[in-house]
Amino acid sequence: MSTDSLMKIAFGRLTLEAFPLHEPILVATFAGVALGGAMLLGVISYFRLWGYLWREWFTTIDHKRIGIMYMILGLVMLLRGFSDALMMRLQQAVAFGGAEGFLPADHYDQIFTAHGVIMIFFMAMPFITGLMNFVVPLQIGARDVSFPFLNNFSFWMTAMGAALVMVSLFVGEFARTGWLAYPPLSGIAYSPDVGVDYYIWALQIAGVGTLLSGVNLIATIVKLRAPGMTMMKMPIFTWTALCTNVLIVAAFPILTVTLALLSLDRYVGTDFFTNDLGGNPMMYVNLIWIWGHPEVYILILPIFGVFSEVTATFSGKRLFGYTSMVYATVVITILSYLVWLHHFFTMGSGASVNSFFGITTMIISIPTGAKMFNWLFTLYRGRIRFELPMMWTLAFMLTFVIGGMTGVLLAVPPADFVLHNSLFLVAHFHNVIIGGVVFGVFAGISYWFPKAFGFRLDPFWGKMSFWFWVTGFYLAFMPLYVLGLMGVTRRLRHFEDPTLQVWFVIAAVGTALILLGIVSFLIQIYVSIRRREALRDRTGDPWGGRTLEWSTASPPPEYNFAFTPVVHDNDAWWDMKHRGFRRPVAGFNAILMPRNTGAGFILAALSAIFGFAMIWHIWWLAALGLVAVLAVAIAHTFNYQRDFQIPANEVERTEAGRTRLLAAQA
Amino acid sequence: MLCACHAVVLNPSGDVAQQQRDLLVYSTVLMLIVIVPVMVMTALFAWRYRQSNRAARYEPDWDHSIHLELVIWAVPLLIIIGLGGLTWVGTHLLDPYRSLSRIKPGESMEYAARPLQVDVVALDWKWLFIYPEYGIATVNELAAPLDRPIEFRITASSVMNSLFIPALAGQIYAMPGMETQLHAVANTAGDYQGFSANYSGAGFSGMHFMFRALVDRDFEQWLARMRAGGGVLRRSDYLRLEQPSENEPVHSFAAVDPSLYRAILNRCVEAGKPCANDMMMIDQ
Amino acid sequence: MAMTPTGGDATTELPVFCLTDEHEHAAGGSTLLGFWIYLMSDCLLFAALFATYGVLGGSYAAGPAPKDLFELPLVAVNTSMLLLSSITYGFAMLATYKGRVGATQGWLIITALFGLAFVGIELYEFTHMIHDGATPQRSAFLSAFFTLVGTHGLHVTVGLVWMVTLMLQVGQRGLIPENVRRLACLSLFWHFLDVIWIGVFTFVYLGGMLR
Repeated sequence: MSTDSLMKIAFGRLTLEAFPLHEPILVATFAGVALGGAMLLGVISYFRLWGYLWREWFTTIDHKRIGIMYMILGLVMLLRGFSDALMMRLQQAVAFGGAEGFLPADHYDQIFTAHGVIMIFFMAMPFITGLMNFVVPLQIGARDVSFPFLNNFSFWMTAMGAALVMVSLFVGEFARTGWLAYPPLSGIAYSPDVGVDYYIWALQIAGVGTLLSGVNLIATIVKLRAPGMTMMKMPIFTWTALCTNVLIVAAFPILTVTLALLSLDRYVGTDFFTNDLGGNPMMYVNLIWIWGHPEVYILILPIFGVFSEVTATFSGKRLFGYTSMVYATVVITILSYLVWLHHFFTMGSGASVNSFFGITTMIISIPTGAKMFNWLFTLYRGRIRFELPMMWTLAFMLTFVIGGMTGVLLAVPPADFVLHNSLFLVAHFHNVIIGGVVFGVFAGISYWFPKAFGFRLDPFWGKMSFWFWVTGFYLAFMPLYVLGLMGVTRRLRHFEDPTLQVWFVIAAVGTALILLGIVSFLIQIYVSIRRREALRDRTGDPWGGRTLEWSTASPPPEYNFAFTPVVHDNDAWWDMKHRGFRRPVAGFNAILMPRNTGAGFILAALSAIFGFAMIWHIWWLAALGLVAVLAVAIAHTFNYQRDFQIPANEVERTEAGRTRLLAAQA
Repeated sequence: MLCACHAVVLNPSGDVAQQQRDLLVYSTVLMLIVIVPVMVMTALFAWRYRQSNRAARYEPDWDHSIHLELVIWAVPLLIIIGLGGLTWVGTHLLDPYRSLSRIKPGESMEYAARPLQVDVVALDWKWLFIYPEYGIATVNELAAPLDRPIEFRITASSVMNSLFIPALAGQIYAMPGMETQLHAVANTAGDYQGFSANYSGAGFSGMHFMFRALVDRDFEQWLARMRAGGGVLRRSDYLRLEQPSENEPVHSFAAVDPSLYRAILNRCVEAGKPCANDMMMIDQ
Repeated sequence: MAMTPTGGDATTELPVFCLTDEHEHAAGGSTLLGFWIYLMSDCLLFAALFATYGVLGGSYAAGPAPKDLFELPLVAVNTSMLLLSSITYGFAMLATYKGRVGATQGWLIITALFGLAFVGIELYEFTHMIHDGATPQRSAFLSAFFTLVGTHGLHVTVGLVWMVTLMLQVGQRGLIPENVRRLACLSLFWHFLDVIWIGVFTFVYLGGMLR
């Protein structure tokens, strides 16, 4: 057997050419990543933290720690996704007439694809999953989620999906299809390279994690609520989390199937989405958006929950219209299934079909509007404190409604015919995702950070970050509305018309401001850690909270609650504070808790190896990886010793520590 | 230069695009009825009920008002009902597959000229326009006489694209093996931008063309120029044209194989390949 | 704002805010609900495959159609294998609830054999079709057929692996609550696959013959 065919068997289609040694930007990036990575690994080794990291974080089944890891993942991927945005904005600000810019097509096309994939799947999803993971069990008075091991596994699957996307930067390339990879462009005929395969496997692996997370949180909310907490006494964030996870369970299987069919077309030569032999690319468009529309509601619903909690807390007032908020959320959840075609009015479905979906899309704005009014009337006759979470909320209220309005505009099919795929559309969805999801994530982070870490975030740098983000957002995206109305379409890397340039330059300036906002946020974290004693939260309730998570210490002990709370009303903690709750200081029992396990990390890592092998057609490694995954999964089921007891005296010691802390405050 | 008067979507020259623009404006106005009060109230309440303003009433337990709920749900519902009606009617009247009902406001189809048929093929990465009535074809240039209804039949050779001339009418996808339609009419002479509005690969940024709306005489001259320019578009020429190329310069063909467009649509330009419509007949 | 635990005055009854005397949450109390939710997501997976088959199932690309390929008698045998296996699994569960390890294992083995027969017949059918040129690559109809039916067969195979694993675990530890829960989950899974199969032979096989 020749060396050539041996290499092919051993390495599939992976060759030295897969390493982009001739691309200066990538080489420089790799140098930076390698240096930073080496420093990080060096620091961890120097302080002998590997054992600590493995025992306390990688193998943890504690929902609080898993939530924190999700947030870290989201932050890292925000930086990557934003670098893509910066490069796109720079290219579009300079590439006019004779100037070609600095990004050739095959780079630029990967960058806008990666930007979308990363921001949705590996920034926004981890952030909202992290918030829900951390907060929901605490809000319902539970000690952990229903399936703690599955929770850990879900996190690592998401992280491995992100890892595959990052690897594609240095080994091979990413997809050049746009973030939803429509065929025939994403089929084997027009994208024969590894890019689309990286896309498929990263999303399939992360998708398994998300789906299981959905199952987990629904079971948790249904089964593990504290006694007395009926459904209509749940905190509003928990309600939105429930609806979100229902959407996840109902939508992600469709994504799994669609990507599986695309991969069958690419690997085996089936004809689902091909141009010939009966294939129908329009089927892909339908299927992917049947997933895709619920996905954006998955992103925004928990954020609506965040804003509800924040508005009530910082107005010192009960949330206005709790019941109608719940109904509005449920209606949005159901309706989000009936609108998907508005993403492709221009595909030629006929006027009646188009009108139906246009009208259902408009109907969704009614419950959404109701929520906006309910927040407004929570503010009304409240006593508003402009802490950071509240600032983000107000910015959201002003910004999101513009995005919502342009969304309803786009829902009118004939209007969509002239605005579909234009920069107007790009402005619209960034308007709702940044103005909604990103602002909400920052609100949630600044709100719950003290609970998670025991000290607040530095307000000064938080305000800097806030103002840079808000002004940056408007400067970056309002010009895009104008450009869309000037007839400019999306995903272009070069323009002929010089009158467009000024708008792109303004957008680039806005992006630079957002960069400063992100940098300010990183500084904020650094400064907060350094000043943590001055920012310390000693009571567990720094904001005058209303829900149960604020009854615990900051950070809460491993077991969350020494005694499971009993609930009598909405805003359970507010109720406790005002009706004579006395924190028990004795009589603690032993508490049964799940054990940490490495199985989640190992299974996810093996899945990633399997994915990598499939991408590069290294069949022996793929087979090995698959068998290993099955073997480890089966072996894991033979482990029946999943729990351990926290002895009563240890609980007592922890609680006594808190008693002393609270007494010192009084 | 900074003004939006260059905004072709808001100031198009074709009647169809103008009607679409009108819908855009009506919808915006309808929604501002809700949006403006919301934004004003947000700013007002945030200011008035700030903690330092002790003059404002503080009602920490007021969380419910059936009257307010009624208004909150009813007003947007009424607006959406109005918008929904507008949508239903507008979507049917402006259906790209529907023949035009007028040439311009006030001018019905009664005295309109016979429709101009244009067959469009989206290629990698250029546009092919075939005029079956005149037996000519062009690449990256489209011309049409004023006030004559245009009937586009559109397909693609490889991947999904979208035919879009903002000044003229809305866009419609161009898909391989499938035919979409667009009806439009140009009312004002000029040169307008046309391009693909759906990303289709490496040469996408260069996939634009000129749409020339010409008075009748100029259109006749244009046709004559096309015929005089020579060039034949047979199946073999098409197969060569189909090869990927970027920033393709404008050129034309004085003669076109009349069966070419149907062969492209049914994906049987190459000799020996079965046509999609024949295969579907067998399947029936 | 600090937390201020206010006390009630001596004359009012303080509401109970803590469960000082709690019995542990039944371990695994969420398991069946969680498994049901997962199963519904799996149902949606099949729904998407059915929808794909619905749209593409008539695209034969001038190739073989259902009438040319489906051997209904064989499908009937297959179906009965699966249906019988559901009945025998039912007997296994009855034995489980009576705490009878031996009977449970016995019925599980019979169920597995029926399941194996189902998968074997299906593999035979597939190889036969491919041998005759009706490959998944031939047309969109065949792609959709092989994927829908194949995905179901893959699920049955996974179920069989699970069944063997469970038999080992029941053999090791007996019918402890954890194992009973697992058997109940596999039961849901197995019957669910049966229901999906009814959908398959109705819409794909019987429906295909009527196209």
